[in-house]
Amino acid sequence: MIHSLFLINAAGDIFLEKHWKSVVSRSVCDYFFEAQERASEAENVPPVIPTPHHYLLSVYRHKIFFVAVIQSEVPPLFVIEFLHRVVDTFQDYFGVCSEVMIKDNVVVVYEVLEEMLDNGFPLATESNILKELIKPPTILRTVVNTITGSTNVGDQLPTGQLSVVPWRRTGVKYTNNEAYFDVIEEIDAIIDKSGSTITAEIQGVIDACVKLTGMPDLTLSFMNPRLLDDVSFHPCVRFKRWESERILSFIPPDGNFRLLSYHVSAQNLVAIPVYVKHNISFRDSSSLGRFEITVGPKQTMGKTVEGVIVTSQMPKGVLNMTLTPSQGTHVFDPVTKLLSWDVGKINPQKLPSLKGSMSLQAGSSKPDENPTINLQFKIQQLAISGLKVNRLDMYGEKYKPFKGIKYMTKAGKFQVRT
Amino acid sequence: MSGNGLSYSEQGGEAAPELGQEAATTTTPSIPAAFGLFCSDIKKNEDLKQMLESSKDSAKLDAMKRIVGMVAKGKNASELFPAVVKNVASKNIEIKKLVYVYLMRYAEEQQDLALLSISTFQRALKDPNQLIRASALRVLSSIRVPIIVPIMMLAIKEASSDLSPYVRKNAAHAIQKLYSLDPEQKEMLIEVIEKLLKDRSTLVAGSVVMAFEEVCPERIDLIHKNYRKLCNLLVDVEEWGQVVIIHMLTRYARTQFVSPWKVSFEKNFYESDEEQKEKDQKVKDTYTMDPDHRLLLQNTKPLLQSRNAAVVMAVSQLYWHLAPKSEAGIVSKSLVRLLRSNREVQYIVLQNIATMSIQRKGMFEPYLKSFYVRSTDPTMIKTLKLEILTNLANEANISTLLREFQTYVKSQDKQFAAATIQAIGRCATNITEVTDTCLNGLVCLLSNKDEIVVAESVVVIKKLLQTQPAHHGEIIKHMAKLLDNITVPVARASILWLIGEYCERVPKIAPDVLRKTAKSFTNEDDLVKLQILNLGAKLYLTNSKQTKLLTQYVLNLGKYDQSYDIRDRTRFIRQLIVPNEKSGALSKYAKKIFLAQKPAPLLESPFKDRDHFQLGTLSHTLNTQATGYLELSDWPEVAPDPSVRNVEIAESVPDSFGGFTCLLSSFFLICSDSEDTEKKKKGISKKITTSNSSDTESASSEESSSDSKSESDSKSDSEPGKSRYVILSVLGLQHSPTLVLYLTGHYPSLCWKRISSSLSLLQTARHFW
Repeated sequence: MIHSLFLINAAGDIFLEKHWKSVVSRSVCDYFFEAQERASEAENVPPVIPTPHHYLLSVYRHKIFFVAVIQSEVPPLFVIEFLHRVVDTFQDYFGVCSEVMIKDNVVVVYEVLEEMLDNGFPLATESNILKELIKPPTILRTVVNTITGSTNVGDQLPTGQLSVVPWRRTGVKYTNNEAYFDVIEEIDAIIDKSGSTITAEIQGVIDACVKLTGMPDLTLSFMNPRLLDDVSFHPCVRFKRWESERILSFIPPDGNFRLLSYHVSAQNLVAIPVYVKHNISFRDSSSLGRFEITVGPKQTMGKTVEGVIVTSQMPKGVLNMTLTPSQGTHVFDPVTKLLSWDVGKINPQKLPSLKGSMSLQAGSSKPDENPTINLQFKIQQLAISGLKVNRLDMYGEKYKPFKGIKYMTKAGKFQVRT
Repeated sequence: MSGNGLSYSEQGGEAAPELGQEAATTTTPSIPAAFGLFCSDIKKNEDLKQMLESSKDSAKLDAMKRIVGMVAKGKNASELFPAVVKNVASKNIEIKKLVYVYLMRYAEEQQDLALLSISTFQRALKDPNQLIRASALRVLSSIRVPIIVPIMMLAIKEASSDLSPYVRKNAAHAIQKLYSLDPEQKEMLIEVIEKLLKDRSTLVAGSVVMAFEEVCPERIDLIHKNYRKLCNLLVDVEEWGQVVIIHMLTRYARTQFVSPWKVSFEKNFYESDEEQKEKDQKVKDTYTMDPDHRLLLQNTKPLLQSRNAAVVMAVSQLYWHLAPKSEAGIVSKSLVRLLRSNREVQYIVLQNIATMSIQRKGMFEPYLKSFYVRSTDPTMIKTLKLEILTNLANEANISTLLREFQTYVKSQDKQFAAATIQAIGRCATNITEVTDTCLNGLVCLLSNKDEIVVAESVVVIKKLLQTQPAHHGEIIKHMAKLLDNITVPVARASILWLIGEYCERVPKIAPDVLRKTAKSFTNEDDLVKLQILNLGAKLYLTNSKQTKLLTQYVLNLGKYDQSYDIRDRTRFIRQLIVPNEKSGALSKYAKKIFLAQKPAPLLESPFKDRDHFQLGTLSHTLNTQATGYLELSDWPEVAPDPSVRNVEIAESVPDSFGGFTCLLSSFFLICSDSEDTEKKKKGISKKITTSNSSDTESASSEESSSDSKSESDSKSDSEPGKSRYVILSVLGLQHSPTLVLYLTGHYPSLCWKRISSSLSLLQTARHFW
């Protein structure tokens, strides 16, 4: 399956290579560089590149290309999904996944990669098991290791791989037993010129942070499970129980994990919590344009909208912008033509607005499209789909855990066409 | 003065870092400039060797870490091999692991020295701890040294019957490694694969199927007996194994079952209802799905809920290739969900949806809006979405789509805008209602400021006009006017071709266009020159009075052009249209040749016909056959014998068993006499639950085992497990398979395998009955 992996940074240097079968020369990456050159932007590099003897499958994350070398037919998503899992694992291990971090921890990275694949076939991809095999580096451990000469490699043998719940490590102990669940919903929407919704859907996830001793068995039930008609589960969730009773029953992995993600599709009605009033106009003959945006709350169920950031990619003809915001700060980058306005909280009594003028390149004609406006925002304590957790119960252990549930709504890909 | 002061301070500023550099060089070993690199490398490796030979573990570990760092950067560290390999038996686990990493990388290059390490692994293969055995096998098989093939073979054979499923899993991985090292071992390896395929552990299933696919994908016969087991294990196999198994089972099913698609649901509108009913009846008579086929579809369906995109895609392709057309729709929701994922996942999923949406529009029509393009999408995602939108266009949604397309045309991403114009063209040809609207819209675009947009519009309009040239004189005139401003060669060529082709409809303009272009001939692109020649030729044939001289002039220019192509074309045209004594019979037909009715170009999706590759494969993505692609066979006309999948039960049937069966079957008969079928089922299942109680393997169903605990006292029979088989088998024969399915759905522990395996038992039971 996967022959080799190359990590390539933004400058085009191969800074790590790993081979699981016979060594593939790094010159194979030249085909990748060629494709990269052709696709002016990093995100336009095709994920699958055929070369005479190999196929290069790549993912681009954190400004690093992870390029896997394949020799024969394999489902491309298999490789891509695995590469993303690798990135997630690095992130889990080192906090951030950057070139510097990987270079600093090259030995751990190598050991982890060794465990994740055997002969190019995934062996251990659960972070719980990996962490049992190879302990993630922490500052404390590095210090201790240098003094005592002990190692990163787990000295016990990993038994998790053999158990019936391979995602949970064994012998977990905590003094404070706690389980937190975050229900996070993102709204993806396209709003047209006149303010009506073209398409809107909700992408929700339930992220959990479970620190419980022993082998707890949890059940989570919802007030309105009917909302969840399109879901995907962490492998720990018992599917049969969900099918019959609409209850999530599972033995959780230790630590952070994504329990569930769901999708409320475009066919349902989605409440749009904010609106944008805009007046952006270019005049044909003059080199000045008018620019005006106002952001206001719409259906927020009484909650405040915060963390609002407005970004917009202006047409190439715009030279500069002179704007005055009623609140927050704004930046216009004359090179990339990106306008970004950090609004902060929306006060319904005094709506934030950004007004001013744009100066256009003299002589250039009026751009034929007004820029689209991208919006980010956050609303705490609200799941916009109306999803509510009913109760969380624990079986199998004697102690009483501390439980917490948090809701949040965010903007996903929220676009307003002007 | 001030200038001096400045220069002085500059010097001072420069001096400081120089000093620093000197200080730095003195601390490290001095580096002579000329062969510095080479020297330092040797030095470095020298001290690494010393560290490896030291008695302290910490020094060794440090050295190993540095060596692994070198390996990771792709630097050559092979000369350290002897020093490293000595540490293979180190007590320190981390050193050991790093030595393994090093060994796997370099053993191939240093085969003789690598042999030194073998005995250590051989010893470890006998270790009482399963994890040590497994890792020893893993490393041993990863050392690609041909001499040790027999040792590997032996180790694999032994490991394949190890008690620990984890070791067996590693044995399955080792099979592939050995096969790639020495393909001659194939026969022996197939034996091991056959043995491991029978394994019941979920840990092993994925890995051994992977080995099967790599070593002997043609030996489909090995799967028969394990088919039902694999179907049942599937949900519990780890996600990567699931993908491999699903792909394999897709191939398998296509060879073993008959097509569920022959049932055509094309309803004749004028047919009366009765006829329809008759037809349905017939359809039902001719096709019933093999229960094994149904089992596969049923057991893969829950996996659509997997968090792993590869699994979801694998199930989707299985449904696409195997499910009856009416059922394939269930995958669309999950596929659309994947679109929220990363760019790369989106790319692959969209490609597959594009292929699907050409053939079965209905599947994705409800999700039309999920494919709307955002300005932040990368261009390749945008064009794929556009492709799907175009495929989904129909009379009902075209007006919404066209409005959406209008926004796209204005996009700042010009490449995408051009693609949108193409898409509009395709919609216009496919849906006749909107052809005129589209055409008008495209004509409006001709006054766009962006050249690429205009050029693309011209090209598309040209294609559209060709499909229905009847009454578009106005548009052609409009385009002739544009010729003065457009500079993009393709667009200019397209306009010229149009005018030439329909010169009889614009008799006044055409000669004038030729006059203008003749003037600029020398400065035109080759593409345009060819079309000027064509235009001249066509006008000469239709309107020689006005254009004879002009054409002659153009032909003369062409005769001395720099390009071969144009000179050739000129010569050809001259011979053809200007009659002289040498020209043969052809010139008589010149008009027919030049002004023949030309078929309109078909505007087709690039994803048409891509589904001859199995969906979700690399070959599908690239649209060429990748190495190692295994083709899906066509459905067989007649299904091969389904009984090959039956599994016999190992133990023989004891004598006392017969009487007991009678008892049970009479119980069953009583039940089946009652009219309330629902109750009957419940009654039986309760009985089953009771008998389940003492069964040692009842682990998988929690409810039933907890239920049965209370009733365990009432149990009196000596062979509860077998009695259950019998009930099920009786049920299976007496009633439709659906009843069995009903039971298996509720009591997962009573899995299919057992039902089927008990079928053979039933043969015995029938004698007593």
